Amino acid sequence: MNKKQKKVLKRIIIAAVLMVVFGLIPESILPEISIQEAVAETSSVLILKAVIRFILFMIPYIVIGYDILKKAFKGIKNKQVFDENFLMAVATVGAIALGDYKEGVAVMLFYQIGELFQSYAVGKSRRNISELMDIRPDYANIEKDGQVVKADPDEVKIGDIIIVKPGEKIPIDGIIEEGEASLDTSALTGESVPRSVRVGDEVISGCINNSGVLKIRTTKEFGESTVSKILDLVENASSKKSKSENFISKFARYYTPIVCYSALALAVIPPVVSFVIGINPNVSQWIYRALTFLVISCPCALVISIPLTFFAGIGGASRAGVLVKGSNYLEALSRAKVVAMDKTGTLTKGVFQVTEIKTVDSSIDNDTLLKYAAYAESFSSHPISISIKNAYGKEIDQSLVSDVKEIAGHGVTVTFEGNEISVGNSKLMNSLGIEYKKSPLNGTVCHVSLNKEYAGYILISDVIKETSKAAIAAMKSAGIVKTVMLTGDAKAAADSIAAELGITEVHSELLPADKVSIVEKLLSEKNSDDDKLIFVGDGINDAPVLSRADIGVAMGALGSDAAIEAADVVLMDDDPVKIPLAVKISRKCMRIVYENIYFAIIIKILCLALGAVGIANMWVAIFADVGVMVIAVLNAIRALSVKNMS
Amino acid sequence: MTKTYNIEVDCANCANKMEEAAKNTAGVSDCVVNFMALKMKVTFDEGADDKAVMKEVLKNCKKVEDDCEIEI
Repeated sequence: MNKKQKKVLKRIIIAAVLMVVFGLIPESILPEISIQEAVAETSSVLILKAVIRFILFMIPYIVIGYDILKKAFKGIKNKQVFDENFLMAVATVGAIALGDYKEGVAVMLFYQIGELFQSYAVGKSRRNISELMDIRPDYANIEKDGQVVKADPDEVKIGDIIIVKPGEKIPIDGIIEEGEASLDTSALTGESVPRSVRVGDEVISGCINNSGVLKIRTTKEFGESTVSKILDLVENASSKKSKSENFISKFARYYTPIVCYSALALAVIPPVVSFVIGINPNVSQWIYRALTFLVISCPCALVISIPLTFFAGIGGASRAGVLVKGSNYLEALSRAKVVAMDKTGTLTKGVFQVTEIKTVDSSIDNDTLLKYAAYAESFSSHPISISIKNAYGKEIDQSLVSDVKEIAGHGVTVTFEGNEISVGNSKLMNSLGIEYKKSPLNGTVCHVSLNKEYAGYILISDVIKETSKAAIAAMKSAGIVKTVMLTGDAKAAADSIAAELGITEVHSELLPADKVSIVEKLLSEKNSDDDKLIFVGDGINDAPVLSRADIGVAMGALGSDAAIEAADVVLMDDDPVKIPLAVKISRKCMRIVYENIYFAIIIKILCLALGAVGIANMWVAIFADVGVMVIAVLNAIRALSVKNMS
Repeated sequence: MTKTYNIEVDCANCANKMEEAAKNTAGVSDCVVNFMALKMKVTFDEGADDKAVMKEVLKNCKKVEDDCEIEI
């Protein structure tokens, strides 16, 4: 509890004790009578007693309610008339004016108890979330003249050596120069299994070093480091408001004035009508009902719980490694029906590996074929070339290669050790007039020819992520109707991966621009505007598609600024299971939002009706109001918990 | 120019109200209030005096939410 809350708690206790004490004064000493009743009795003793009673009850009233009265007054002055302070002030002042001193105090007291509870619960969950997201490093250890000094992370330059001791956070992204350690990445990715790193590994800021001293050469400035980017993202998360939130603020704008005028009507019209038709107008009874009406109608439960639910939902999601940029996206996620995914980097690891080498005759062995291919590809930085070179694994002396002719989209022809070597796809073989062998379908095939004779092929496949299959299954069980895979790869390779993963629709051999048009087509095929399309990509070359989809999800994209910029949801690691998890979190959050809206409105309408006909008195009213708010707030906080959801 | 300020406010809706009030202040081109981080990120109009503008922002915020505080 903070100072303000403690102060309110003290006031509540004082007021409650005073009320109980005054309430216990026996009837014979202080009869339960209001001033106007006493005046009507024309007994001066009774009037005196009534005045004393009034003064006594005014003490707890002022103790508990002075700030509400002040706020209501300020609100009127600032032309922000219709807020909950105004409602409470009018209701309690009205009750006291009618002679119901005890009720006036009680309403104020319970209202304050509700407010205190609400502010405590909100503050606690806010702190919970921000502590979890507290990944900002306070300092960086840099080595200076053989001594380790603490420096502001902002002052560390690219290429500086920083030292991270056990228990410390890595302040800046970099590469390990010395030492090995296990890193706790849970604050970044929600992944609880520690990651072990050693010399040469890249590490991202925000991880906590569990063991071992690390010397890290920084590769980025602090402002560009992962941790800064995440914080930036989280701190701007509330910029986009959901429809439900907009609905509530609009609702509150019209609702409160309507309620106030209805209360006024309730206080005026029935007595006037009664007077006209000649029955006892019973003015005070109708005013009392109008005041009850005001207390019940206080919209706190809604205006407080809805933004709180979204806030908790976004907080819970970020705890699981899913950064949602605004509550509107959380809302959209819950309506997701179609998921379109990029293949490479999303469903597959995006790491190409040589999985098979096949020679056509015995004149050349596998190692030689690989060597020739590696030399031929030595000038290329294409992922396929890199994987061939990695498979070869030995130093390549580029000076041995001459006459390099690279044909984009086909392959390359070079002269090496006196032989003319061509390495490339079937198009290259066709254009060279070389007959090649039919090859397996599950990957990219690199044909190799030696002096215009077919020598064999190297099969390179992308490796499917371990969790991809489970992720697709989880999407289906989470109510995703259609899963679509988009890829630039050959049809055969794409189809075989899609079949293995259980994906229903595949678009292959796409150029980056085609992805946008496919997504547009998928968008136009949706049944209704309420069905949302998610596009998931690893953020490389995906920015246009990410922004075109209803919800763009960038995965493991902490390195790519463009993706973070364009995406609406950022997954902090590259686990595809986080996609259905994000959908489930959003569904839960939206379910709570609707539960609260319906629950609050139904109870309010019920009590309003009862209050208007005089069945519910002010005690019922205040319990309805505070009770609904407490339940709604507790329900809202449930959105924080994302455990057992994946 | 964009600056971030620490704020104090009790409820998420009050934070929204503050955001609205700040946005409608002269000299502010955009404002985002993050209740989770208790931060207010204000983008000022070109050439606006941020200190003077923030005084107005605080005044306007106080009008809609008496309990709020901005660390200027």
